[in-house]
Amino acid sequence: MTKSSFAYRLLPLLGLFAFLLFWEAMPRLGLASRVLLPAPSDLPDAFMRELANGMWLKSVGLSLSHYTLGLLVGLGAGIGLGVLTGMSNVAEGLFAWVSRVLRPIPGLAWVPFAIIWFGVSQSGAVFIIAIGVFWIVYFATHGAIRGVDRDYIELAKAFGFTGPLERLFKVLLPAATPGILVGARTALGQAWMAVVAAELFGVTGLGSRMMQASSLLATDIVVVYMLTMAALYGLMDTFFMAVQGRLLRWKP
Amino acid sequence: MEAVSASKLPDHVIDIEGLALSFDQDGKRTHVLRGLDLKIAPGEFVALVGASGVGKSTLLRVLMGLAPQSEGKVVVTPDPAAERPMALVFQDSRLLPWRRVIANVSFGLEKKSLPAVARRERAMQALGLVGLSDLADRWPWQLSGGQRQRVALARALAVRPSILLMDEPFSALDVATREGLQDELLRVWRQTGKTIVFVTHDIDEAVYLADRIVALGGKPGEVRSVRVIDVARPRRRGALALQDIAAKVKADITADAAAPVEDYVI
Repeated sequence: MTKSSFAYRLLPLLGLFAFLLFWEAMPRLGLASRVLLPAPSDLPDAFMRELANGMWLKSVGLSLSHYTLGLLVGLGAGIGLGVLTGMSNVAEGLFAWVSRVLRPIPGLAWVPFAIIWFGVSQSGAVFIIAIGVFWIVYFATHGAIRGVDRDYIELAKAFGFTGPLERLFKVLLPAATPGILVGARTALGQAWMAVVAAELFGVTGLGSRMMQASSLLATDIVVVYMLTMAALYGLMDTFFMAVQGRLLRWKP
Repeated sequence: MEAVSASKLPDHVIDIEGLALSFDQDGKRTHVLRGLDLKIAPGEFVALVGASGVGKSTLLRVLMGLAPQSEGKVVVTPDPAAERPMALVFQDSRLLPWRRVIANVSFGLEKKSLPAVARRERAMQALGLVGLSDLADRWPWQLSGGQRQRVALARALAVRPSILLMDEPFSALDVATREGLQDELLRVWRQTGKTIVFVTHDIDEAVYLADRIVALGGKPGEVRSVRVIDVARPRRRGALALQDIAAKVKADITADAAAPVEDYVI
């Protein structure tokens, strides 16, 4: 039993090793050109070069600041408006068609306006990231607030919590937290994609550094940044899960 | 609902006269209750029985101000020593799953500006009253059905109400747990001297617990009988005298709308 479960735990590592081996073999055996497909063994060197010239830290730092700001703006606006339309039929009615018109527009379609309004700047990147986050979080929050069991609201009333703010903080928000967090987690990944997309258009960060590298055919550096993004996202998601575990510790 | 300033202690904490309740649904007027008169004395244990849909729970919600009344007069004159006129115990315990047991009990206390320590103290006190002090830091999902209902009772007691309204609080429990909680409730009632209005469809439960049984029947619901249970406490479950009253109440409920039986002996 323990032996087989140990073996099963080794499987993912084994798979990863096989994958790296295959990847390394492709350029080494001449099956792919090293320029088109850098070998894994080329990557540490490329990474050290990027680190030494300061580009890695600068790019990561800028991208993280776009990411964090965009995420916060999107989360704030999404939760705020979601709560409002979730609690008020008037607000929901007013926003119904506005959301139907604006929602299908992908975040990237806002790039021209981002450039016109903000220039090729940090705020432009934040704007594009925030739009993507906003819709995900807005619909998750709206649905979660609408879905709160009416019985809890009756309970709050029975104990004298009759005002909208009391209702919100005593019952609606805590009850809606699991649903809001599902949206937030989706947004966490979505925002990361938006970061790269926004930066491909020139705002300095991981995305723009990748574009530079690819135009110089420095594919090893492109891969370094691809893996950097994967690592950063993994880190964020782990951190998010820890926060979520804390917020939802009341769940069985 | 109007409040009466208590210059002298009134004879009744609840005085309902000619209460009728109806609402519009799909353009049709649906009547839930009509012509309901009921007076309840301080410290009395009154059970409301009747088939489901007769408006028992609705009556409690009218008293709590959770549902509007259509006609009639409802005067509630709470014990001036109490901090709230009423508190309600729901059929489903309706604990908030994101709060620990102690925080559920102190829920109603958050309406008052009480220091956190005092709030916790009072919640612990209420929890002690139902014998669950040990479980203060549990989450609701970790409790059994009976424990959940006791926490709900503690939550209602914590706000120090004059009247305890209970909406079929034990109906979802197994027999042994239910009987245990009935005795627990009688003990709490003796200890606190609260007025209790207890809704149930279980007539045996009503005769075991109450001073008086108000039988509701018909559609819209109306009072079919008010019977005093003149059996000394502590009562024995299934005692002949109780069975006798239960049979009468059952007949009152199922009988075709007849002249209501008045049996006031207080």
